[in-house]
Amino acid sequence: MRRSVSVLFCAAVALGGCATAELRGTGDLGVIVERASGAVQVMDTTHRAPLARVTGLGDLSHASVVYSRDARYAYVFGRDGGLSKVDLLRGRLEKRIVQAGNAIGGAISQDGRLIAVSNYEPGGVRVFDAATLEAIADIPATFQNGERRSKVVGLVDAPDERFVFSLYDAGEIWVADFSDRRHPAVRKFPNAGVQPYDGTVTPDGRYYVAGLFGEDGLALLDLWNLNGGVRRVLPHYGRGEQKLPVYKMPHLDNWAMADGVAFVPAVGRNEVLIIDMRDWSEAGRITVAGQPVFVVARPDGRQVWVNFAPPNNDTVQVIDVPSRRITKILQPGKGVLHMEFTPRGEAVWLSVRDEDRVDVYATASLQRVGTLPVEKPSGIFFTARAYRIGQ
Amino acid sequence: MMKKGWVAGIATTMAVSCVAPAAQDPPSPARQHEIVRLLQQDCGSCHGLTLKGGLGPALLPQALAGKSPEFLRDTILNGRPGTPMAPWRPFLNDVEAAWLVDRLLQGKTDAP
Ligand code: HEC
Repeated sequence: MRRSVSVLFCAAVALGGCATAELRGTGDLGVIVERASGAVQVMDTTHRAPLARVTGLGDLSHASVVYSRDARYAYVFGRDGGLSKVDLLRGRLEKRIVQAGNAIGGAISQDGRLIAVSNYEPGGVRVFDAATLEAIADIPATFQNGERRSKVVGLVDAPDERFVFSLYDAGEIWVADFSDRRHPAVRKFPNAGVQPYDGTVTPDGRYYVAGLFGEDGLALLDLWNLNGGVRRVLPHYGRGEQKLPVYKMPHLDNWAMADGVAFVPAVGRNEVLIIDMRDWSEAGRITVAGQPVFVVARPDGRQVWVNFAPPNNDTVQVIDVPSRRITKILQPGKGVLHMEFTPRGEAVWLSVRDEDRVDVYATASLQRVGTLPVEKPSGIFFTARAYRIGQ
Repeated sequence: MMKKGWVAGIATTMAVSCVAPAAQDPPSPARQHEIVRLLQQDCGSCHGLTLKGGLGPALLPQALAGKSPEFLRDTILNGRPGTPMAPWRPFLNDVEAAWLVDRLLQGKTDAP
């Protein structure tokens, strides 16, 4: 019986070559970006083993990944404007286009049919068919009466076939409605804040939040009530004090929500800020080892893990959410760039760039339980992202 | 041949840590290595690993052409207030920044 199934599968994939006929799901897979070699490794997170290495993806510094809704394909967004579709099961590059000169990331639409990419050069958002990567729409991020184009950051998907993003140079937030996919309706929110550097959406898809570099605070847009406009959250969190120099921009990846509060990196301060999710007021702050880059919550919200900008990028701190105390300081090695939890959070994978390693920690014991060789690893993205809004 | 250069590099680094170098001495080979690494990894997070630009502008020779080395060195050491370009003085001294600007202007940003 078993053999006949694999023979059938083999016949089905005969065109693609049938090296391995083993059937498997993709729910426990992930992709790790090798930033300097233009490659990604496809990982099996159950056996903590590489399945394939896919090369030829271009400049992957600052690359990010989203997944098709069946979690079979990874869309890799490269710095050089490359958009690559990688087949996790066959371990190969399916298709690659170079859609701009300089890009920063992307998103997949609610229905999984559109891929949007945010570009620095030329500044704007371009949208592609997820199956074919054929161009669907182009939204130039123009401002000042069309005379300038802004770099675009913080692009996310949101319910009702929308993409939301921020214009770094213009200080605006735009909401693009793709209900009619060839004719997106764009609603612009000017004066959203000075130099938004990244953005994210809450896990329920309701609130879009942009981090601001040029002023203290975050910009908040309620996607259920666009007429309410953008409001400021945690204004003046720096209390007028001089900011520390920022040696690496923080990120807003998943919205780190736990126990009714959210944890966000402060800009130019060695602090993690806590926001009360009921009224968006400040609920406290935690002094940490350096300037936070990623502040990520374990899926159940019990812990928050923080990594840092240089020169503290050899350190990771773990915040215990109920007590809001740092309960563990780890020193995995130089250049800790990213952290990704397994879907239910029993483990977290850390990329340690300068040591060409990805380390796996058990979140209960906070001990290292595995390590994998990966060349200059940066982003780690597991397929559970396929089902999350805003990734 | 290679090996000899490497050993000499280490020797220079050790000498530097004991005796302050004359102001115009270029960084030791080992230090040059570190600076190039800093450029690619840390500067690269904003200017791109290949320096073609990101949140910060491209740092390729064409992009920098016409800007004076002093001006660029000042930007690196003291930053540009009001922009994400921070002062990198804690990581680079004047001589090292001047050496780096020279390399940027020549487009020689691979490991020496
Ligand atoms: C956090 C982001 C960031 C990092 C990291 C960063 N820069 Fe910059 N840099 C910028 C931005 C933004 C500008 C543009 C400033 C402006 O608007 O004038 C800039 C400008 C510059 C310029 C001036 C370019 C020109 O055409 O005038 C130089 C040179 C430069 N950076 C070198 C460096 C070097 C060398 C490093 C690492 C030691 C570095 N930068 C790290 C963001 C960054």
